[in-house]
Amino acid sequence: MKTICFYFQIHQPFRLKRYRFFDIGNDHYYYDDFNNDEIMTRIAHRSYLPANQILLEMIKNSNGKFKVAFSISGVALEQLEIYVPEFIDSMKELAKTGCVEFLSETYAHSLASLRDPDEFVKQVKEHDDKIEMLFGQRPKVFRNTELIYSDEIACMIASMGFKGCITEGAKHILGWKSPNYLYNSTAVPKLKLLLKNYKLSDDITFRFSNYEWSEYPLTADKYMGWINSLPETEQVINLFMNYETLGELQPRESGIFEFMKALPYFAEQMGITFSTPTEVISKLKPVDSLSVLHPISWADEERDTSAWLGNLLQNEAFDKLYSVGERVRLCDDRRLKQDWNYLQTSDHFYYMCTKFLADGAIHSHYSPYDSAYEAFTNYMNVLSDFIVRVKEQYPDSIENEELNSLITTIRNQASEIELLKKELKITHDEKVTKKSVAKAAKTAEKVTKKAAVKAEPKKSEAKPKIKKTTKSKE
Amino acid sequence: MFGWEFPPHILGGLGTASYGLTKGMAECGDMDITFVIPKPHGDEDKSFAHIVGAGNTPVAWRDVSWDYVAHRQGNCMDPQEYFNLRDHIYADFNYLHTNDLGCIEFSGRYPDNLLEEINNYSIVAGVIARTYDCDVIHSHDWLTYPAGIHAKQVTGKPLVIHVHATDFDRSRGNVNPTVFAIEKDGMNWADHIITVSNLTRRTVIEKYGIDPAKVTTVHNAVEPLSPEIMAIQMPRNPREKVVTFLGRITMQKGPEYFVEAAAQVLRKTDNVRFVMAGSGDMMNKMIRLAAQRNISDHFHFTGFLRGKQVYEMLKASDVYIMPSVSEPFGISPLEAMQVGVPSIISKQSGCAEILNNVIKTDYWDVDAMADAIYSIISYPAMYEQLKVEGKREVDEIKWVYAGKKVIDIYHKVMQR
Repeated sequence: MKTICFYFQIHQPFRLKRYRFFDIGNDHYYYDDFNNDEIMTRIAHRSYLPANQILLEMIKNSNGKFKVAFSISGVALEQLEIYVPEFIDSMKELAKTGCVEFLSETYAHSLASLRDPDEFVKQVKEHDDKIEMLFGQRPKVFRNTELIYSDEIACMIASMGFKGCITEGAKHILGWKSPNYLYNSTAVPKLKLLLKNYKLSDDITFRFSNYEWSEYPLTADKYMGWINSLPETEQVINLFMNYETLGELQPRESGIFEFMKALPYFAEQMGITFSTPTEVISKLKPVDSLSVLHPISWADEERDTSAWLGNLLQNEAFDKLYSVGERVRLCDDRRLKQDWNYLQTSDHFYYMCTKFLADGAIHSHYSPYDSAYEAFTNYMNVLSDFIVRVKEQYPDSIENEELNSLITTIRNQASEIELLKKELKITHDEKVTKKSVAKAAKTAEKVTKKAAVKAEPKKSEAKPKIKKTTKSKE
Repeated sequence: MFGWEFPPHILGGLGTASYGLTKGMAECGDMDITFVIPKPHGDEDKSFAHIVGAGNTPVAWRDVSWDYVAHRQGNCMDPQEYFNLRDHIYADFNYLHTNDLGCIEFSGRYPDNLLEEINNYSIVAGVIARTYDCDVIHSHDWLTYPAGIHAKQVTGKPLVIHVHATDFDRSRGNVNPTVFAIEKDGMNWADHIITVSNLTRRTVIEKYGIDPAKVTTVHNAVEPLSPEIMAIQMPRNPREKVVTFLGRITMQKGPEYFVEAAAQVLRKTDNVRFVMAGSGDMMNKMIRLAAQRNISDHFHFTGFLRGKQVYEMLKASDVYIMPSVSEPFGISPLEAMQVGVPSIISKQSGCAEILNNVIKTDYWDVDAMADAIYSIISYPAMYEQLKVEGKREVDEIKWVYAGKKVIDIYHKVMQR
C-alpha cells in the first residue's frame, strides 16, 4: 500500500527597492511596492487561485481522499493579505475540507536556524500563531526554509514540540537508501523525517513541459504507473514543490491542471492513497535513522547552503544582519521589527549568489538585480540604514545584558508603582480607623502624592537616557 | 599580418592587442606569422613572429652593397631580406619621396599626413605580398585595410580584417567621411571580419551594412603581468580610500560622469580621494568642474602616466573606474583586475560582455556609479570578493584562446 504526500510551498519575499547610499539615514522605507504587487498578483492569478480551485475540486470529487499540505511563509501571507485578499478566503475554504494540513516554518522564510536559535524559535512561534489565526489549525510538522536541515536544527525543532520534519532526500545523505520511507533523526530519535523524492518532484516541477525530455509528454497514468512500479515495500512518496509550479512554472497551456485533476483517479485505480505529513508520521514507522552533520537544503546540485551563504558577500551580509538580532528583540518599535523580519528573508542572500555554473542561470532568473554585486550593494545600503535605526533605539555604550535588565526594570515599573500604592492604601486604611474621616482624607491625599513622586525617580534613576527613549515611544 | 603599432613603441590599445593576439596565435602552434609594421625600432620581440618594417622595404631600385644595407638597417632586418624584397619591386615609384635605399620613410605614428602614409603603406604592401608566401592576410584596424586589400589583389589569398575600433566610437557619431570610406572599403573586400566585441560587431553590421554572417566577435585578452610589476609595493593610507580613473580625458571616456559620481560620494563620506590620471582635451574642463562641485580638495589630477607609473597608480587604488561612453573593448579594466583592483565599468564597454566580477553601470547613471563606489569602499566583503574573484577571472582570459578562435576563422576562409 503506497501513499503520496503532496506538499506545496508558497513564498514571495518583500523585494527591496533601489536604495542608494545617500538614502541611508534619510529614507526608511525599503520595499519595491510596485514590483511586489505586480509579481504577487500575477502569480496569484496565474497559479495560486486556479490551483486552489482545482485542489478543492479534486478533494470534493474524491470524497476527501485527496490530501495535500501547504507551507506558506509569513511574509508571503502578508503580501497576499495586502494584494490578493481573495486568496486567503480561498485558502480558508480549502482548510475547511479537513484534507489540508498547514506546516510550520519561520515567519520570514529566514535562515535563522543556521545562526540565531532564539530568533528561530521566535519566528516559528510567530508563524504558527498567524496560521492558527487565519486557518484555525496549529501546525504539527515542521518544514524549514528551503528544506534546510541538520542534526543541530533537529534538536531545536524537537524541543519546540514538533513530531516530524520535512527535508530534502539528498543523495549524499541517503547514499543507497531510498527516500520513499519514513526515517527519524539520529540526534533526536523521536523526530521523524519525511524526505523529498526529488526525481519524481522535479519531473513535474522542471520537466513536465520540456519537449526535449525523453518522457515527454508526461501523463497522469504514466506518472502513477512509475509510482506503482516502485518496490512493494516503499510506502511513502513525498512530492514537494513550489506552488507556482502549477500555472506559473508550468503554464496552464501545458495541461498541468488537467494532469493534477487526473491523478486521484489513477491513484484509486492502482490502490495508491494520499496522505498529509501528520498522517504519514502517525501511521508509519521509521525504518532507519539519518544523521546530517552539515546542513542540507533543496537547492542546486550540491544540496547544501552554498546558494545563500556560499561567498564572501553573502557571509558578510548575513553576519552584519544577525549582529543586531539581540538588540532588535529587545526593542519594541513595531516598524523596526517588521523590517527586521523582511530583511531576513533568504531570497536576499540568494540574489547575491555568484555560482556561475549550471545553477547560475536559475539564480539570475529569479533575481531582480543584474548581478550579485548589485544585489549586495543594495542590500547592504538598506541594512546600514536599518542598523543605524536599531542603534538609535538604545545607546551603543550599554551591553546587551545590562540593557536587558534595565528594560525589565522599566517594564515592571508600572506594576511596582501599583504595588506600592496598595501598600499605602493599607496603611492609610489603618489610619482612618484611628482618626476622623475628614482629616484622614487630607493626609491620605498628601501621602499618595508624596509616594508617587518618590516611586517615580526611584525607578528611573538607573539610566535617565533610557527612560527618555521609552517615554517618547509611549 | 598588417599592423600599425607594436610594443614597446605603442600609443594606444591597438599595439597591445595586436601583439597579444599574434603571440597567442603563435602559442597555438603550426603558425608562420609575418607581421608588417610601418617603422620597426629593432627592439621588438621577434620570438614568435617575423617582423617586416614597411620603412625598410624598397619600392624603388637602388644599387647598394650588402655591407651598406647591413650598416643602415641591420638592427631591424637581415640584409638578405632587403635584396629579396628588392627583387619584387613591381613598378617604378621613384616619383615618391624615397631615401637612399629606395624605401619610403614612415613615422609609425598618427601624423597629420596620415592618409598619405596609409597610401604609402599599401604601396609597400604590394612588394611584401609578392615576396612572402602566405595563406591568409590579416589587417589590424582601418590604417592597414588598404594594404590588406592590395595584398589580396596581388596574391588572391583571403583577407581577414580585425576591427579594433570604428570611427563611430572615436568620434561619438561625427564620422569622418574619408575614414568611413576606407573602413567600408576594407569591410567590403574582406572575406571575414573580426570585431573585438559584440558592441563593435553591431556597429559594423548596422552602420556599415555588412552581412552578419561574415562578422565574428573575438574578445581581447590580457598578457600576464611581469614579476617586476607584481612586486611593486605602494605605500597606502589605511584610513583613506583611492578611486582612480585612468585613461585619456576625452569625450569618449566619459570623465564628467566620474566627477559627478565623486561629488555624490563625497557628500556622504570624506575618507576617500579621487584621482583622474591621464591627459586629454577635456582635462581643464574637468578641473573646473571639480572646483565647481567644491570637491577639489579630494579630487586630484596626475597628468599623463607612462609605463610603470600606470601600475603604481593602480596598485595605490582601491577602486578603478571606466565610465566610457563608447568603448570597443577597453583593456585597462582587465589590467586593473590583474593587480587586484575592483573595477567599475560602463555597460557601453565591450569588455563588459565578458567580465562578471566587476560592477557594470550605465555611463550616464551617476547615482549607480556613486553607489558602487561607496559600496566597495565601505563594505569589506565587497572589496575582497571583487578583488579575489576578479583576479581569478581575468587570469583565465588568455590570448591563446583568442588566438585559437582566429585560427578557426582562418581555416574557414581558406576552405572557401
